[in-house]
Amino acid sequence: MIADPDQASALSDLAEILGLSLADDIIEAAVIDGALTVAVQRPSITKVLKFLRDDTNCQFTQLVDLCAVDFPEREERFDIVYHLLSMNHNLRIRVKVTASEEAAVPTASKVFSCANWFEREVWDMYGVFFSDHPDLRRILTDYGFDGHAQRKDFPLTGYVEVRYDEEQKRVVYEPVKLTQDFRSFDFMSPWEGAEHAHQQMLPGDEKAFQDG
Amino acid sequence: MAEPVEAEIENYTVNFGPQHPAAHGVLRLVLEMGGETIDRIDPHIGLLHRGTEKLIEYKTYLQAVPYFDRLDYVSPMNQEQAYAIAVERLLGIEVPKRGQYIRMLFCEITRILNHIMNIGSYAMDVGAMTPFLWTFEEREKLMGFYDDVSGARMHAAYVRPGGVAQDMPAGLAERISDWAAAFPKIIDDVEGLLTENRIFKQRTVDIGIVSKEEALDWGFTGPNLRASGLAWDLRKSQPYDGYDEMDFDIPIGKHGDCYDRYIVRIAEMRESLRIINQCLEKMPGGPVKVQDRKISPPPRGDMKGSMEALIHHFKLYTEGYHVPRGETYAAVEAPKGEFAVYLISDGSNKPYRCRIRAPGFVHMQGMDFMLRGHMLADVPAVLGSIDIVFGEVDR
Repeated sequence: MIADPDQASALSDLAEILGLSLADDIIEAAVIDGALTVAVQRPSITKVLKFLRDDTNCQFTQLVDLCAVDFPEREERFDIVYHLLSMNHNLRIRVKVTASEEAAVPTASKVFSCANWFEREVWDMYGVFFSDHPDLRRILTDYGFDGHAQRKDFPLTGYVEVRYDEEQKRVVYEPVKLTQDFRSFDFMSPWEGAEHAHQQMLPGDEKAFQDG
Repeated sequence: MAEPVEAEIENYTVNFGPQHPAAHGVLRLVLEMGGETIDRIDPHIGLLHRGTEKLIEYKTYLQAVPYFDRLDYVSPMNQEQAYAIAVERLLGIEVPKRGQYIRMLFCEITRILNHIMNIGSYAMDVGAMTPFLWTFEEREKLMGFYDDVSGARMHAAYVRPGGVAQDMPAGLAERISDWAAAFPKIIDDVEGLLTENRIFKQRTVDIGIVSKEEALDWGFTGPNLRASGLAWDLRKSQPYDGYDEMDFDIPIGKHGDCYDRYIVRIAEMRESLRIINQCLEKMPGGPVKVQDRKISPPPRGDMKGSMEALIHHFKLYTEGYHVPRGETYAAVEAPKGEFAVYLISDGSNKPYRCRIRAPGFVHMQGMDFMLRGHMLADVPAVLGSIDIVFGEVDR
């Protein structure tokens, strides 16, 4: 958001307040690109959410969104991102905790009822477990689906495909057969390529670095 | 007199859908019934899940635009707008005034497109046939405007990061203006059939009441939140594009029941008409998209003579543009509520993560608490009143 000056100062004030009152629970609270982002210790997430909801300076009464992001190269590969909205102060806040396949995140559904389905979706798509969740079932994928589809290491095409079998008179599952290979183009241009996280070597680069 | 027979009736479950005419798509509701009343609802969604968020991670920023038409397929342009705003914020570009106004104009047309669809089919769900036919006639005209401006009646792919795909054709503004002058009559007609209709009121008043606190707790947004009495509209409170220059009101309800949600939508259509008229009146001149050739393609004519234009065109439609590293959450007031895109860029030409916050997903979740203790016949009444489209619920 292109925050106006009032909002920007309100956000940085809020970051300070949070830093003081929740010093033990918050790893970092900073305004990045006009959005207040708070990184929280995983066990404290419900406490922080409750504080953000009930404190008069915050009043983030609505959990607008909850989602996960996958960074496979990290040790704790998932970020769980909560977006909260305060209608009284007209402010938004982003809260983040990290998680992994093993490390469960305490459920937010006791604080905000609407977290229930959001967390089910995250469980379905990323396989992040939410402890004390009342009803942690898959939500979007097929009955009996295996795997977590939005992880970065899950192939875009998936593993199984379905079709109706005329002989068996039912829908059957089969391994995916592609008539054409999945195409992944290399868009990295050696002239103006993206600044990449690990400065990729492009085909032909070795010639530039050769001795002699 | 015979002794009254006492029989123990166990709860039983009823399957509503997955193919049910009042389900507005593919929805399976597992209803736990105690007699005719509902004890619990377990919605089984995901029958229309296509993996949009995953697919977008494998497309360039421009190629991702059409996916947004296919989420809530009765209000495509508002969703394109949310995505466009997210990308623009990361790129740090500002859309020219005319582009913003055309976007607003068409987003309000889309809002009416959505609301008349909802009201028409809702009336049919609760037993009235005629409004459906009338509203669909109007929808046809509005989709004609879509066609004129983008070449497609529904899946427009018209709002692009940086502006809109092309300028409006000559004469379209006049046609929209003529339509906007005639449309209040249609709203009056529909209201004449429904608003004070005894049967309609019997089916909707005091059904599915949502209090303010519940609406906040369950993440309700848009007309469903406003029907509960909270005057919250992102177009007013966090204006995007040119909404801060528009004069309009936020209609709110009092009771938060199905009837109020209907009334709020009717009133919102009248407000949208005001915005449409203001857009047409104040429509500025100038370009409709950013003139940075690294982001928006050159005009076709230039490409015939200019080598550079040809290169730009080729690069844009193969590699696309690179978006600086960062993350942003862009929310717009879509007809159904807060539609938002949480976009994370890693600096390459494809989004690293594109989270789509669909209002319908959240509202669908509310079915359980809204319908507990109601009768089976109230299921379609509540389902229709929260305006569900499965394209966005299942993504």
